[in-house]
Amino acid sequence: MSALLEIRDLHLEIGTGRAALPVLRGIDLVLEAGEVLGLVGESGAGKTMVGKALLGILPPAARITQGQILYQGRDIAAMPAKPRLALLGRDLAMIPQDPMSSLNPVIRIAGQITDVLRRHLGLSRRAAYERARALLESVHIREPERVLRQYPHELSGGMRQRVLIAIAFACRPKLIVADEPTTALDVTVQRQILRLIRDLQANSATALLFVTHDLGLVAKICTKVSVMHAGRILEAAPVAQVFTRPQHPYTSALFAATPRYDRPAEALTPVPEALTARLWAEAAAYDAARAAAGVAVGGRAADA
Amino acid sequence: MDETAWRRSLGNPRVLFGLAVLALLALAALGAPLIAPQNPLHQDLLASFAPPFWHAGVVPGHLLGTDDLGRDTLSRLIYGARIALTVAVISATAAGLIGTLLGLAAGYAGGLPDAIVSRLVDVWMAFPPVLLSIVLVAVIGAGLEAVILAIVIVDWTRFCRIVRAEVLVQREQDYVAAAVAIGLGPWRVALQEILRNLLPTLIVLFTLEMGIAITVEAILSFVGLSIASGAPSWGGMIAEGRLYIHQAWWLMTLPVGCIIVSVLGLNALGDGLRQTLDPLVRR
Repeated sequence: MSALLEIRDLHLEIGTGRAALPVLRGIDLVLEAGEVLGLVGESGAGKTMVGKALLGILPPAARITQGQILYQGRDIAAMPAKPRLALLGRDLAMIPQDPMSSLNPVIRIAGQITDVLRRHLGLSRRAAYERARALLESVHIREPERVLRQYPHELSGGMRQRVLIAIAFACRPKLIVADEPTTALDVTVQRQILRLIRDLQANSATALLFVTHDLGLVAKICTKVSVMHAGRILEAAPVAQVFTRPQHPYTSALFAATPRYDRPAEALTPVPEALTARLWAEAAAYDAARAAAGVAVGGRAADA
Repeated sequence: MDETAWRRSLGNPRVLFGLAVLALLALAALGAPLIAPQNPLHQDLLASFAPPFWHAGVVPGHLLGTDDLGRDTLSRLIYGARIALTVAVISATAAGLIGTLLGLAAGYAGGLPDAIVSRLVDVWMAFPPVLLSIVLVAVIGAGLEAVILAIVIVDWTRFCRIVRAEVLVQREQDYVAAAVAIGLGPWRVALQEILRNLLPTLIVLFTLEMGIAITVEAILSFVGLSIASGAPSWGGMIAEGRLYIHQAWWLMTLPVGCIIVSVLGLNALGDGLRQTLDPLVRR
């Protein structure tokens, strides 16, 4: 029996030819049904790209050069468009980072929720509308009837994120990618949204790939953690273990750099530059070793 | 586009002026047989070159005078609106459809389709547009259908270029990624998600294109390539009136005025709508 999601040795580059920039350098992840995996790292670590590769919404310049993304044993990255699109929204869903721009500005909320229901569940217009209303209630939106008639710009950021969460859970997917789902929101709303995601996840036993830079959130919601830097996974372990006995110095440094209510702000120490410099040097050495071994870089064999 | 956008538009003086001109044109075009005081083709050689009402020697029943064959100028102008508006609406619609579809496909698909369409537009726009339509009508043969066809063939690039550029912007928006992530295919995303966001731009382009079409039709009538001579089109009236500019200056000036007011109104409408609907200009 294969895992729900298994990412094997995923390599991804942006750009082509000599300008190609490696972004992911051999990512491995395993996610079982119902698990919550925190993908942690600083900006530029490539954590968002993992989620985008999984959902097939990579920017046009990005290319997967090696590795597999196995969903229930099938490689999504190599799948033809039609069966892949049939999975998206039904089995795999997304809670995006920016709720302000992730809803279509000219379509009413009702249309945006019923789209996914009609697409995958084949519901009639009326049945989809009823389901959309129930979904809005399940994300604790009062007056769902009114919200269904509204346009995105008439809703607050927190409300929009609730709508997007309703869309993500609409077809009871097996896996949801949540890419920094609370970053764009007010601090007070962040907690509500996080609790909402956690409750819905727990009730539906959906697996969650939780992309974040915030170790505090990881502690609240995740069962496993993978710490990323420069497109590599430095440490992967259950949450309890990572928090009590971090194995990699970078993980310890991230903890020291995370604000905590029980410590004064002065106690924060940024991740030491010597450490990040060493990690980037390792990444560069990795690229060089691949190039020397004649692995295709930028879609061609490297010049000797 | 919601209710507030429409309300904002109706408070804009340019939009109001444009709508008034358009309403007047539509009224003249649709109600021509009821409004026109005379048959526009009826000749009365005894009453030829009658002056308009503010001149001495006005002939009763001919408010704006008559031409060399004694045909009533006002009636001809009203029937001319019919031809102008027909050409404007049909050619703007057809050019809009073709240009939008090609621009949408090019912008969203990128790659080879984009390269083909973009090069085609580049080549197209290298020709002087009026010359191209004159050549086209000369090849297709004169007549109203030929004029419309020529305008469409020349002007689809206006829509195509702008729609393509706009799609390139929209394509990068988060809502497009979100639409793909719920499993919508490329055609659904392009036609349903992106196209709706282009509606304000398309309305503006359509309005401006109507003005352009009226001008081109007048030019083609003037060079005698439009509807059969004798039929009341503004361009034709200008061409005929030009011969008598020293005896009866109004014969040429009145249809020129009609064209100027129509095009001015349509351009004002387009500009006004751009101000009220386009979020980039509005900011």
